[in-house]
Amino acid sequence: MILLLQYTLVFASVLMLVALGGCFSEHSGVINIGLEGIMVFGALGGALVMSKLPAATPAVWVVVSAILAAMLMGLLYSLLLAVAAINFKADQTLVGTAMNLLGTAAATVIVKAINTSANPNNPSATLQYISAKKAFLLVDGYEFNWFMPLAVILLVLSFFILYRTRFGLRLMSCGEHPQASASVGINVFKMRYAGVMISGLLGGLGGLVYITAGVSEWKFENGVAGFGFLALAVMIFGGWKPMRIALAALLFGFFRALSNVYTGFDLLSRLNLPSTVYNMLPYIISLIVLVFFSKNSAAPKAEGVPYDQGSR
Amino acid sequence: MLKKRSLLGKPAVQTLLSSLLCIVLGVLVGYIALLIINPAGAGEAVTDILKNFWNYKKHATQMKNLGNTLVKTAPLLMCSLSVLFAYKVGLFNIGAAGQYVAGAGACIYCAVGLGWHWLPCMLAAVIAGALIGSISGVLKAHRNVNEVISCIMLNWISLYLVNTLLSKVKNPTSPYTYEISKQLVVEEGVAKTVAHTEALLPQIGINSLFNNNKYVGIAVPMAILFAVMIWVLLTKTRLGYELRATGLNKYAAKYCGMQDRFNIVLTMAISGALAGIGAAMFYLTGFEEWSVTQSSVPAMGFNGIAAAFLGGLHPVGAIFSSFFIQHITDGGAQLNKQVYPAEISNLISSLIIYFCGFVLFFKLVLNKWLDRRFEKRMAASQKGVSKS
Repeated sequence: MILLLQYTLVFASVLMLVALGGCFSEHSGVINIGLEGIMVFGALGGALVMSKLPAATPAVWVVVSAILAAMLMGLLYSLLLAVAAINFKADQTLVGTAMNLLGTAAATVIVKAINTSANPNNPSATLQYISAKKAFLLVDGYEFNWFMPLAVILLVLSFFILYRTRFGLRLMSCGEHPQASASVGINVFKMRYAGVMISGLLGGLGGLVYITAGVSEWKFENGVAGFGFLALAVMIFGGWKPMRIALAALLFGFFRALSNVYTGFDLLSRLNLPSTVYNMLPYIISLIVLVFFSKNSAAPKAEGVPYDQGSR
Repeated sequence: MLKKRSLLGKPAVQTLLSSLLCIVLGVLVGYIALLIINPAGAGEAVTDILKNFWNYKKHATQMKNLGNTLVKTAPLLMCSLSVLFAYKVGLFNIGAAGQYVAGAGACIYCAVGLGWHWLPCMLAAVIAGALIGSISGVLKAHRNVNEVISCIMLNWISLYLVNTLLSKVKNPTSPYTYEISKQLVVEEGVAKTVAHTEALLPQIGINSLFNNNKYVGIAVPMAILFAVMIWVLLTKTRLGYELRATGLNKYAAKYCGMQDRFNIVLTMAISGALAGIGAAMFYLTGFEEWSVTQSSVPAMGFNGIAAAFLGGLHPVGAIFSSFFIQHITDGGAQLNKQVYPAEISNLISSLIIYFCGFVLFFKLVLNKWLDRRFEKRMAASQKGVSKS
């Protein structure tokens, strides 16, 4: 039971962070399909720092530098989307898809290049960070980690920024009616850049949390196994609102965790379902959820539409 | 006053030019990545990728390897047709990957598990692909579910479903299914395999062109035929006109009496069917078996997006772009693995998709420049007229 709780919280914090990132981007008016790629790059940044830091580094320093590296990498990678979608008015779905493919390909190339330059007989795309990962754990022997309180803090912060600050409200106006925002002196380009970059920060952090979830090495050929997409579903289920996103993340995290630990439950293992059923469950549920929640979509009105100053 | 269009002003020329630009930029960034990894062999490595089968000295080996590339080009072309067909109707079919997976599952199971002939196996793949596609279509048309999201979810659902289905025809000694040329039969409770070559796609003599590469066959001309058919369907038929009209403006199409909802479902079903056929074209050659433990969706459907956009969203353009994408993907395998990772070619093809996002902007700038140049010339010639 405690195992299920651990994994639920781990996966929920990943989904929540990434979905919050998507929430910022979409409220500013840019669809971010590329969250998966952003997660991979964030994970890469964090994993590189964790595996390359000397073993004697103090735990606090490991935690802080890995988190900063992941967020920075996510931020830099998200600029690819920002430039294409905001300055060049590119098709946001196309660019996002390209970023997802590019994320996995580039991360694999980078890790393989690093591994082969260290040892020519090791052309694998795996990074190990066994000792560094321990720095993140709150209690020895359990998977409860520093990311969980951090995720809660970021959740509250996101809520506060979006609904209680001038910046957040302006950001949201750019996703609803950018021309109206521009008419009262808001710089739509700047706001959309801010939205995408915040999604880069949160998505990158989410990637780091994901690759430290119960494992201490990561094979970058696998990317992040569709978690970025799952986070998008969480965001839609959460109605683009931080608090509801948190609840949705808990629900999805629970089902995702179930696929890891279902063998530990008598009732579930006696059902004798193939393990693929549990793997499918989060996706099936999100599809069903979408069926019921998309009719009256609460999506920002102008999301996905490049900002054209001329059309009012 | 007739406005004479220069060569650069023609849409087809612009599309070709922008695709070439995407390729050049993609290869350039790939080259820079190679330079960073190891500057000594980077130039050679990038030519190795671009040469692919020409790396081999003997003509016979070249043809055999060209054949291998073609075997994978056929399914890629089908996936890119699937993507571009949906895109013409205003739908982004990122689910080609999942529809491809569903098609693979159906045709492999029907061939190995049920011992069907190749044609019904292919039809099964068509139905499976169309089914997955139409789920997204129905959700989009009737429940307003964004097709991108539902497609992505269905990609994963189909992957796990197919893994479950195909573990029934799995070779117990490996993670792969049995070869497509075998049939699994259970006699008195004992499972064994018997030869069953009817499920293999016929070669109709094409293989002799490629040094008897046994995997090359009917799939290649068939895929090209499908490309032409899609072009005819989209541009020369009433259905194609309706579909494109629905894509351009759903409400206007509805106002004109077109059935917008039905058209959306039909489009996704056709798209799915195309991707499904692609899977049958690949797995029924016996080139590769399905690994039932794979945990990521095969890249074929995603590369289809690259090929569709690189081909300027034109079915005939897709033929060439699919070949190119597959050509460089196979070229990546030519690299010395101790120095350069083969994924460099994935990097290049994903960069090409990324740069395709800028095509619209590129055309806009080009047209503005052409217009300005045209106006200047007109002004200059009028000045000349008034003087004389």
